[in-house]
Amino acid sequence: MSRLRIRPFGEGTAALLFLAPSAIGFSVFYLIPFALGVLESFTDRTLGGSFVGLANYKALLASGSFRKAAANTLLFTGISVPLLIVLSLLLALLLNRSLPLRKWLQSAFTLPLVVPVASVVTVWQIFFDWNGTLNEWLHRAGAERIDWMQSDWSMGVLVLLYIWKNIGYDMILFLAALQSIPKDYYETARIEGAGALRQLRHVTLVYLTPAMFFVVLISIVNSFKVFRETYLLAGDYPYDRIYMMQHYMNNLFFSLDIQKLTSAATLMVGCIVVLAAGLLAFERRFRESME
Amino acid sequence: MNRMRWLPRLALALILAATAAVMAVPVVLTFTNSLMTDREIGFDYGLIGQMTDAASGGKDAFVQLKIIPDWLSFGQYRQVLVQSPKFLRMFWNSAAMVAPIVAGQAAVASLAAYAFAMLRFPGRDKLFLLYLMTMLMPFQVTLVPNYMVVDALGLMNKEAAIVLPGIFGAFGVFMLRQFMSHVPRAYAEAAKIDGAGQPTIFLRIALPLAKPGLAALTVLLFVDNWNMIEQPLVFLQDSFKQPLSLYLAQINQEARGVGFAASTLYMAPMILLYSYAESYFVEGVQLSGLKA
Repeated sequence: MSRLRIRPFGEGTAALLFLAPSAIGFSVFYLIPFALGVLESFTDRTLGGSFVGLANYKALLASGSFRKAAANTLLFTGISVPLLIVLSLLLALLLNRSLPLRKWLQSAFTLPLVVPVASVVTVWQIFFDWNGTLNEWLHRAGAERIDWMQSDWSMGVLVLLYIWKNIGYDMILFLAALQSIPKDYYETARIEGAGALRQLRHVTLVYLTPAMFFVVLISIVNSFKVFRETYLLAGDYPYDRIYMMQHYMNNLFFSLDIQKLTSAATLMVGCIVVLAAGLLAFERRFRESME
Repeated sequence: MNRMRWLPRLALALILAATAAVMAVPVVLTFTNSLMTDREIGFDYGLIGQMTDAASGGKDAFVQLKIIPDWLSFGQYRQVLVQSPKFLRMFWNSAAMVAPIVAGQAAVASLAAYAFAMLRFPGRDKLFLLYLMTMLMPFQVTLVPNYMVVDALGLMNKEAAIVLPGIFGAFGVFMLRQFMSHVPRAYAEAAKIDGAGQPTIFLRIALPLAKPGLAALTVLLFVDNWNMIEQPLVFLQDSFKQPLSLYLAQINQEARGVGFAASTLYMAPMILLYSYAESYFVEGVQLSGLKA
């Protein structure tokens, strides 16, 4: 570090110059706005309002639509993320061996990831419509039709679309992690008489844990993006069950309820930071315990 | 793990292939239906969105997704490409916003990633954590503040309101830093001994070695931004400035007859890009998964 002081153009100065374009834009468009937003959430009107403490938060928490949106978001993330992780892990385990068509299969499972949501929304609509294909199948099977998008089933539809889109992403991450587990670990386990299930539990799952933290994190982040599907399928005010935080916040914005919106944003950031910090801390502890 | 005999392996591959085929159905249907005449579409899918109800005396009528059109026709494409100028306009809008975001973010992020990966400075890890956390936030979180900044800069209803924040997104910095931190320190040290300054090391060593990373970033950013919905919804009220994603949301409801062709043309660049640069895409996803 003492070299920094001797050199006229040390690493610190260089870093400053390299970082400048990014840091300036990042501050202007993300950091400063966000700090302003946090301040806004404690005042009574936009720009130059007076400090009202937690009044906005109280109003927010008392609001029925907020509670509904928050509960739906938690429910959606709570169902879709574990389901996605189990399915994509299963897929990765199945594909992590020499199979005919393996390369082709991997590409096919990843394809939905690059397909823009808006371009397949019509097909989804026709499939899940009251008069749609899925109901025709039900009808033929002698069952009553279901109003998929206007009932609690709508969340099931979104879970399905979320998994359709994201299974390839998680599968790629798991495959990379699986391939980085040294082959001799399995060899050793086999010599010690471990069967396939024991190998899965004591070798595969243990060494997948570090990757798992990240997969969980990114899957949660991606679960927030289901707004796109919801918006395109169901518009500004979808059925109650799929009215989630992003929708709620978008609508607050268009109804100019800025105080509530900034409070909701601050709360959401708080939750995500706690979650991410928790996962990172867990990951660190796990890695230390492995060494 | 390769202990399986060929028969179970073949069975497994077939099951997986069937699953993959089911997953490809929405894409395939969008394409094949784009070759229908709009009369056929009106006839086949006219009931969508209407409440028919057997209980209220209506008939049980259903709509089947049709895989093969009765008549092959390029009518939809003619309609979309030749007769309605709006589609091409919005295709261009999408391209004109996505290209500068991709190029800009790649440039700005490669500089920043170099600093994070290869230089030592106080507060480095904390600052990087800040980028990382921002990357995780949904768009709605910075909605108001972003709106205020965009308004203050006089960018409301202009493409720059979407392009500028896009350029400074944290994802590129995150990904390229992951990539550059694999550049051996010895390379940079050796260059330094030879008298190279930081700009030279960046241009001659870090950047060439990070080329696959840049390619991967380009593909990922293209896919993500081509699909943008949240930002234009808020910042571009003028419908002639909106990108294809929002146009399709309207066209699908109003004129389903040309929706499939429009959708096919909209997804085509992404599918071509994917088939051409799949390895970069996969590598990009893998890199985004390495721990910070």
